[in-house]
Amino acid sequence: MQYEVVIGLEIHVELMTASKLFCGCSTTFGGEPNSNCCPVCLGLPGSLPVFNRRAVELAVTAALALNSEVQLRSRFDRKNYFYPDLPKAYQISQYDQPLGRGGYLEVELTGGKRRVNLERVHLEEEAGKLVHAGDSIIGAGHSMADYNRAGIPLLEIVTAPELHSGQEARTFLEDLRSLLLYSGASDCKMEEGSLRCDANISLRPEGSSKLGTRAEVKNMNSFRSVELALDYEVRRQEQVLSEGGTVVQETCHWDEAKKQTITLRGKEGSSDYRYFPEPDLLPLVLEKTFVENLAHQLPELPATRRERLQEQYGLEKEEALLLTSNRELGDFFEAAAKQYPGYRHLANWIQGDLLYQLRESGKRLNEIEPGLLVDLLLRLDEGRINRPVAKELLAEMVQSGIDPKEAIKERGLEQITGRDNLLPVIEEVIANNPEAVDNYRQGKKKALAFLVGRVMAATEGRADPAELNRLLQEKI
Amino acid sequence: MQLYEHTAAELSRMLQSREVSSVEVVRSFLERIDQVDSYLKAFITQTPVTALDTAGEIDSGRMRGENLHPLAGVPVAIKDNISTMDLRTTCASRILENYIPPFDATAAAAVKRAGMPILGKTNLDEFAMGSSTENSAFFPTRNPWDPQRVPGGSSGGSAVAVAAGMAPLALGSDTGGSIRQPASLCGVTGLRPTYGRVSRYGLVAFASSLDQIGTVSLNAFDCALLLNLVAGHDPLDSTSLPGAVPDYTAGLEPGTKGLRVGVISYSSTEGFDPEVTETVQKAAALLEEHGAEVGEVSLSLTDYGLSAYYLIAPSEASSNLGRYDGIRYGYSAAGDNIETMFSRTRGEGFGPEVKRRVMIGTYALSAGYYDAYYLKAMQVRTLIRREYEKAFKKFDLLLGAASPTPAFKIGEKIGDPLQMYLSDVCNITDSLAGVPSLAVPGGFHSSGLPLGLQLTARPLQEQLLLKTARFFEAYRGQVSLRPGLEFIEKGGGSSAV
Amino acid sequence: MPVDFGKEVDYVAHLARLSLEPEEKECLAGQLSEILETARRIQELDTAGVEPTSHVTELPAVLRDDSVRPSLPLNRALQNVPQREKSFVKVPRITASELEQD
Repeated sequence: MQYEVVIGLEIHVELMTASKLFCGCSTTFGGEPNSNCCPVCLGLPGSLPVFNRRAVELAVTAALALNSEVQLRSRFDRKNYFYPDLPKAYQISQYDQPLGRGGYLEVELTGGKRRVNLERVHLEEEAGKLVHAGDSIIGAGHSMADYNRAGIPLLEIVTAPELHSGQEARTFLEDLRSLLLYSGASDCKMEEGSLRCDANISLRPEGSSKLGTRAEVKNMNSFRSVELALDYEVRRQEQVLSEGGTVVQETCHWDEAKKQTITLRGKEGSSDYRYFPEPDLLPLVLEKTFVENLAHQLPELPATRRERLQEQYGLEKEEALLLTSNRELGDFFEAAAKQYPGYRHLANWIQGDLLYQLRESGKRLNEIEPGLLVDLLLRLDEGRINRPVAKELLAEMVQSGIDPKEAIKERGLEQITGRDNLLPVIEEVIANNPEAVDNYRQGKKKALAFLVGRVMAATEGRADPAELNRLLQEKI
Repeated sequence: MQLYEHTAAELSRMLQSREVSSVEVVRSFLERIDQVDSYLKAFITQTPVTALDTAGEIDSGRMRGENLHPLAGVPVAIKDNISTMDLRTTCASRILENYIPPFDATAAAAVKRAGMPILGKTNLDEFAMGSSTENSAFFPTRNPWDPQRVPGGSSGGSAVAVAAGMAPLALGSDTGGSIRQPASLCGVTGLRPTYGRVSRYGLVAFASSLDQIGTVSLNAFDCALLLNLVAGHDPLDSTSLPGAVPDYTAGLEPGTKGLRVGVISYSSTEGFDPEVTETVQKAAALLEEHGAEVGEVSLSLTDYGLSAYYLIAPSEASSNLGRYDGIRYGYSAAGDNIETMFSRTRGEGFGPEVKRRVMIGTYALSAGYYDAYYLKAMQVRTLIRREYEKAFKKFDLLLGAASPTPAFKIGEKIGDPLQMYLSDVCNITDSLAGVPSLAVPGGFHSSGLPLGLQLTARPLQEQLLLKTARFFEAYRGQVSLRPGLEFIEKGGGSSAV
Repeated sequence: MPVDFGKEVDYVAHLARLSLEPEEKECLAGQLSEILETARRIQELDTAGVEPTSHVTELPAVLRDDSVRPSLPLNRALQNVPQREKSFVKVPRITASELEQD
């Protein structure tokens, strides 16, 4: 039997505020355990929460970017459960009156662009972090709690069950990440845990409209592991069903090392969270103008920008896709394109050498002045420097922040062109390498490359390669 | 007359005129504590050294001519569920027996800023759950009017401290009557302010939507002095009310002309002592005699209110008390996995009444019961608020009893939770409605025990309550409101129960 | 229909993480049945269409500025911790079935 895969995602992203959701403690990642804690985020008796305005703004901004219907009145509830990383034994979250209802994201999936609907977007607080003695959680003698993370504002985004493969889930997540980065709501660092994803996955016979029994997959720590874990789970469930078995509702962990999912618990272990309205917080009531202002401040979002870049600069879809993968990259391209008309040439240099050098040097894009790249490309176009020199200068520009214009002048890197300048060098190389000249004349084409190399070495790489080739052949 | 026999206002005046020093005042109260508290057991923790230090600092400040708060140098006792930095705050629970807060409750900070020496932390029913202070994990507190009887609760320690001259003022907390009922049983004045008037920051939560810090004092003017200090918006408590705080000591001249007073008629007075009802009637007559327009107001939902309260408060409590899991603070039992460790910690750390309420609350919030219990109770709460709104269209003030009976015997109700819950029946609907409510001494029972009146007003009308309480004080005459405590002199020791 | 709490005691005690002695359970079952029976009286009231009151204060939430304020010094933050391990709070063993609670 053919099965249809049905996947719904539950995504948590940490919002980029300076202080926590309900107290003034810093949200800085890392640092001494339990050093960013106060009575509120430690849940000391008598402490009370107070909303962080910025967290509300970022949550509303993200909800707007996700086309979710922002509720002018929403409520916070307590989700009660016991766990050592949860200082109050309840998480302040939103239950039946979330900040954002519905929403969608247009995603480029197999079979073209598709709208993936969201059920809700809501604000809640982060729990602390448990570190386990030994290699793995299970079997560890004991664990250790660090509450620095406890109370960081968290946005929960729940999709409808509308994704149909690990690949689709991954693409959706990548697009969601880029959207949230654009909106400035989160830095979405999966490796630091500021973006996390759990998935509900089930199979149903092709054509059936009834959802099958689902498994919840957790602990997927990269986009790649989301895809791998879900594909693994599809195969596992397919096998169960094809052997005539039934899928049991369960929660499982993705084991990155073993590349398989491990069952944590069955349905009977599922919790009764005893949600009720948080008495310590009055309802969150937003002014209409507050939401409208945030809507106005919303930057152009990646999908729109992608289309505009293709249209305005004549870029290929793939190029536009890459340049919109984050907001800074697109901004850099557009800033440079204002001064440089060779858009595709520019795009190629950015996605090729520039990104390569950034990766190599660990530098950030915002440390690079777009005008410098433009200067470099203009000099290359004018033939004043050659391509290898341009590449070398770009590397230095990224690594040590040199001004290529100045470097060309100071180090005399301008290209050597013209018969009068090149011929004396060429003749000297011919005279000093009779054997290679003979080889070439006997038909060994490789010898020419050797001679070109000698001339380049003598000119410190500055000879105009095309002219050099022509003159060398003419002479021998 | 001993210094400890004076009101806070008198002490304030004597300190400001330098008739006495704060050290002398504090010494007098400390001696009184030494004399009677080993018997009455109002304090869980006494802090004589820091109290004298503060007093000394205030005295030197006064010598230097510093501008001091009117209450500077006047000592105070604090209920042991209000967090005090570096001072053990136990909530009368084993689970917090050794807990030392690294911060001050906003109300405690205000008291310290004003330069009030803190005499100690007073006893209460564990986590403020109870009406007799018998639920303290450490010891019960005795009523100074009759050592065989309870002082009421949960702020029993604070009420006894003030009634027996161990402190001129005390802070308490009132969730469903926990200031008013013990004030009534001990013959002192107790105010539950409007919900949100005093910051709850640092008050260890029992039922957050009902908890409110308030005052215990000898009279209404003293109450106003302390209320001035602790009332007001607190940026650390989002449920605290915005807006300016009036000077509660101003405009307290007794005036009852034209005051519209509704005397509460309960749907059922089963369990009410007839003398209690009589005292309320007499008070109403007195008001009428002095120009008030007195009518009858029926609060038909009172009994339902009690039921709603005993669902809402335990529900919130079950959540508020989840944090006592032995990981970050407090009692911690051994266990080789988290479930065992949590359950043992809580099973061994909480007393029977706390367990009962945590169980009821957990049940009322759990899947399948939420609508029938918790949600329904919250709807009933709305009906009760409406009933109050209606009553306040007709009346400025509601008058009733602060407790259905005078102080009952230690051990009398402890085995019967429902009977114990009924002792809050006069207080609970005010709490549910969030309105201010004050217990003021109203007379004596034929047994010699004090009886309290309860005055209730619209939100933020604390001044009207204080003013009316002053009226009753003025007509009280020369009746002594001090318990004799002869039983202590007779060598009552510790074998009275 | 009288409330029989007896059957619920174990489940509720587990939800509330309360270990109870057998005699405690028995006592609680009786008392809680009685208390809930009384509490059920509120069912007599017609509350159709009545908004529940979760806060008596009818004001919107107050928002504070996103400014960082000093945290507690580490030793203050951990002063009440029963078992510390360096600057961590020590937690007992977590079994596989307890791995994820949220």
